[in-house]
Amino acid sequence: MINQNQEFACSQENSLLVGMERFNSDCIDVGCRGGGCGVCKIKVIEGEFTSKRMSKAHISEQDLEEGIVLACRIFPASDMKIEAELIELPRVAND
Amino acid sequence: MKKGVMRPGHIQLRVLDMEEALKHYRDLIGLIEVERDDQGRAYLKGWTEVDKFSVVLREADEPGMDFVSYKVLDNETLDKLHKDLIEYGCNVEEIPAGELNGCGRRIRFDSPTGHMFEIFAEKEQTGKWGLSKVNPEAWPRGLKGMKATRFDHCLLYGTNIAGTLDLFQNVLGFDLAEQVLDADGTRLAGFLTVSMKAHDVAFIEHPEPGKFHHASFFLNTWEDVLRAADLISMEDVSLDIGPTRHGLTHGKTIYFFDPSGNRSEVFCEGDYHYPDHEPVTWMAEDLGKAIFYHDRVLNERFLTVLT
Repeated sequence: MINQNQEFACSQENSLLVGMERFNSDCIDVGCRGGGCGVCKIKVIEGEFTSKRMSKAHISEQDLEEGIVLACRIFPASDMKIEAELIELPRVAND
Repeated sequence: MKKGVMRPGHIQLRVLDMEEALKHYRDLIGLIEVERDDQGRAYLKGWTEVDKFSVVLREADEPGMDFVSYKVLDNETLDKLHKDLIEYGCNVEEIPAGELNGCGRRIRFDSPTGHMFEIFAEKEQTGKWGLSKVNPEAWPRGLKGMKATRFDHCLLYGTNIAGTLDLFQNVLGFDLAEQVLDADGTRLAGFLTVSMKAHDVAFIEHPEPGKFHHASFFLNTWEDVLRAADLISMEDVSLDIGPTRHGLTHGKTIYFFDPSGNRSEVFCEGDYHYPDHEPVTWMAEDLGKAIFYHDRVLNERFLTVLT
């Protein structure tokens, strides 16, 4: 994770997001883990991976061409370099 | 005042992969798979439901909810409400009988929160699954997974819930059973019922219209909710939160996600409502406790992760 200067190990059987969770890292925001909500959007800078279907509402064809994917739907096939998309979630006031 | 709407009828959800979705709704939640239609949609129901189906799954590029539909008393009520919805200013479309297998004509209409709803009067009644109509046994053998009994309600997020609440209360005759108010008295959440249940549908104010939060399925006991939690771990299913209790409705609950990211709930127990009851009110400053009664802290994912 280049822009957060973090590393984690992930098996090929796990999605990048689940691999990150199992590594006790929190460098990617966790949402539905099913390609639906768009919260775990990342940019792949380098590396091979396989992927499952992602919601068109969050990942367009152009996004895919630019390496923008949902971390819950891609499975690493090599070492990877990624960048987190820093999404501003609406914050809850709980003061 | 009641306008002849009886109860939730069916919900149509979009999923990214039908076979994975069926493993979730049929094998894990334990709904009965009824049939597939020529569009490839899958029809399911909880075993206690008398109508033919209550959940329809459609494979698509984007998960979420297509529509949720309510059953009304009879065709006269359907015609009356059809007229009322047009007069109210909704965009209304008539869907012919048979567009969903075994379902009569449906009246589809839009809403200020950006969701599509339907009403209908007739659906094939196949009876409770696995039980005889006379001298029924306590439950059928052969149920799977969580053994969900019925599709109970859904929670929808969108803009202008005041507008959709007005439509549901004044045109369709729903009552406001529970609500969340902020310090200025603005309503941030409204839970509506046409029955004794604490909610037949619920709405939470959100900046983006037409979002789906969860579809909920009823279990009988807290022990069943804990057993559902065991199954979620055994199957390594994406967990949201729980088992816990809500302040709102006081239901005992667990939330998890289907393989396309649509949130599911199974729950038991909770408040009841009669038409003469004042709405139960929670204040926004206590939203943590209102939503998660034990933790008393909001998990941000619950408010922001939607399909």
